[in-house]
Amino acid sequence: MSIEQAFVPVAHDSVLEMLEAEAIFIMREVAAEFERPALLFSGGKDSIVLLRIAEKAFFPARIPFPVMHVDTGHNFDEVTAFRDRRVAQLGAKMIVASVQDAIDRGEIEEERGPRASRNRLQTPVLLAAIAEQQLDAAIGGARRDEEKARAKERVFSFRDEFGQWDPRNQRPELWRLYNGTHVRGEHMRVFPLSNWTELDIWRYIQSEGLEIPSIYFSHQREVFQRDGMLMAVSPYLSLLPNEKPFRESVRYRTVGDMTCTAAVRSVAADLDTVVAEIAATRITERGQSRADDQFSEAAMEDRKREGYF
Amino acid sequence: MDLLRLVTAGSVDDGKSTLIGRLLYDSKQVFEDTMASLERASAAQGLDDVNLALLTDGLRAEREQGITIDVAYRYFATPKRKFIIADSPGHVQYTRNMVTGASTAELALILVDARKGVIEQTRRHTAITTLLGIQHLVVCINKMDLVDWSESRYREIEADYRAFAARLEVPTVTLVPMAAVSGDNIVDRSANMPWYTGPALLEFLEEVVVPDPARHADLRFPVQYVIRPQSNEHHDYRGYAGTVAAGVVEVGGHVTVLPLGKSTRVVAIDRFDQSLAAAEHGDAVTIRLEEDIDVSRGYMLVSEGPQAPTTSRFTADICWMSDTTVLRPGGQYWVKHTTRRVKCRVESLDSLLDVDTLERISNPDGVALNDLARVTIKTLEPLFMDSYAISRDTGSFILIDASTRKTVAAGMVRDVAPAEAVNDDSF
Ligand SMILES: Nc1nc2c(ncn2[C@@H]2O[C@H](COP(=O)(O)OP(=O)(O)O)[C@@H](O)[C@H]2O)c(=O)[nH]1
Repeated sequence: MSIEQAFVPVAHDSVLEMLEAEAIFIMREVAAEFERPALLFSGGKDSIVLLRIAEKAFFPARIPFPVMHVDTGHNFDEVTAFRDRRVAQLGAKMIVASVQDAIDRGEIEEERGPRASRNRLQTPVLLAAIAEQQLDAAIGGARRDEEKARAKERVFSFRDEFGQWDPRNQRPELWRLYNGTHVRGEHMRVFPLSNWTELDIWRYIQSEGLEIPSIYFSHQREVFQRDGMLMAVSPYLSLLPNEKPFRESVRYRTVGDMTCTAAVRSVAADLDTVVAEIAATRITERGQSRADDQFSEAAMEDRKREGYF
Repeated sequence: MDLLRLVTAGSVDDGKSTLIGRLLYDSKQVFEDTMASLERASAAQGLDDVNLALLTDGLRAEREQGITIDVAYRYFATPKRKFIIADSPGHVQYTRNMVTGASTAELALILVDARKGVIEQTRRHTAITTLLGIQHLVVCINKMDLVDWSESRYREIEADYRAFAARLEVPTVTLVPMAAVSGDNIVDRSANMPWYTGPALLEFLEEVVVPDPARHADLRFPVQYVIRPQSNEHHDYRGYAGTVAAGVVEVGGHVTVLPLGKSTRVVAIDRFDQSLAAAEHGDAVTIRLEEDIDVSRGYMLVSEGPQAPTTSRFTADICWMSDTTVLRPGGQYWVKHTTRRVKCRVESLDSLLDVDTLERISNPDGVALNDLARVTIKTLEPLFMDSYAISRDTGSFILIDASTRKTVAAGMVRDVAPAEAVNDDSF
């Protein structure tokens, strides 16, 4: 083996190459089979990979559909800034569907109390945006390894005219033959990263040298402990009487709404150490950092049925 | 690191969920929080030990009714390999689910309860995987603890199975005696069966070299999407994006564009910002051609030569997947084949396969859910197809109901130029 070959970086990993090719294929199927697709982009790691796949799939042309963010208004500033920068870089069109606006218009009602979260409010806002934009496909970054209900979902996941997912009534999906046909009013959620695991995502970010929001790396933050998880002190979460804020070196393993995304203790300050940490971790991504899934065994399934991402 | 895609099959209670749970657990893919919720769920069921089968239970209805509804996908990795398991349940709708799971698999795990031996379901699962062209079957003889780890019982099942498999021309078969519940021969070799000298299941899966699914040696490049940036910088760029289905495409080589029949030279193969000299099956690339030919989605670039596989009438084995409709002769559908979707009519129902006896029953009146049938299909526009046996990607298709838009059948092409029927009424 020559020196050059020995130094071939992780990009030549055949698993990542296969996953990338598969995702590009799916992305192109969407562009070809749908009239008005959009790519859901939150600025989180999965959607960063998703956007990269779209960039590659159509290069040197621009991504032939808009990017959409369902903005809870409770995001990390670092992530919102990153989102805007990345979308501008690609020259893509962005649609922001705002939960705050929907609340202000009286279309949805804010939850109350110290545990209030806008997580569930994203669903009606997403469905309204799909209807308003007349989207027939929404491309998302969900992975099947994330959660039990996801493990059963198709790559092309059919939604009825109410935007609902019916797990017992899914279309069989064979070979690489995705069926994107649908009747007007129905739409499809498409998940090109279905077969990726959390570690694949990180290894891809590393091999592609993708920029990610700084909160994925360790930093000092004012946090407090709630239900065994570290939540950031923010204007959006009020403290309960026994909750005491303290400073801690943390990073985020997933990035979502500040009210339901928890930090993890970490000193991993660069990609290599983050990847090493993920490879060694013994706790799932959702168990460690998503307060939204902690309530019941079927929390995700229920939200998905209603039309969640 | 590479990837192995598996499909699992077994009858209800053979221990499939336990086996998969074991593989995930013993390869340390089960995280602490998942384990904690598993312990709670097992305790709620009144069990003392953790029930690993619960790891693969998905939806609420499944937990409540103790059944498995649909194909689920599981992921695990060892330092040697990444594995994707299509976990297809063994009860009523097993054919549809198994066909779905098997369509993307390279290897099948078939569970057999050592007490029951080779039963009807085992034969069915084997027939389906063989129909789908899976090259390697691993028969897991489970619950060996319940037959006192008996070598003679194992040998008996082995002989039975091999006799049956020979009739089907199953490519390669490996048998492993095991007990999923205790982990014997799953990750570590069992001390209870010293007479078995082969590898434990996981060891075997890590090392096995599975031949690629059938692929034509010649180029098959279905055009998926036309890339035309129309920007100043790339004013004249016109590229044909797609994934190579078979063969190799090289810069400087000549290709024929179907259905036009025109030949031209490949001037570039782009993959994002890189220029490649060649691309092979599985590569998602963008091809640029020398001549300005009007190529669209659904066209196919093939190697130059006389035998372009163009057909508008073919025979195929299909698995009917609709639970609300029945296929009758003359039924009209859309066929999606590679990136092409055309109207078609099912000209005749030639036979139904009895998966128990492997016999074919001629001229059925209809084809219903989970039936495997041989049919002749006529299309309104030509398709560029090979037989499934020589090319998986260009020999497979689905049928779509034109009104509900549901996927109603999965098909494998058997003959691209069947003899004409006697009374042929064309479109
Ligand atoms: N004695 C014994 N029982 C087993 C073994 N594997 C599974 N079982 C039991 O068989 C039953 C069915 O197993 P399960 O994994 O749910 O079967 P599935 O329906 O094929 O998924 C459960 O009670 C398991 O504990 C084994 O190797 N030995």
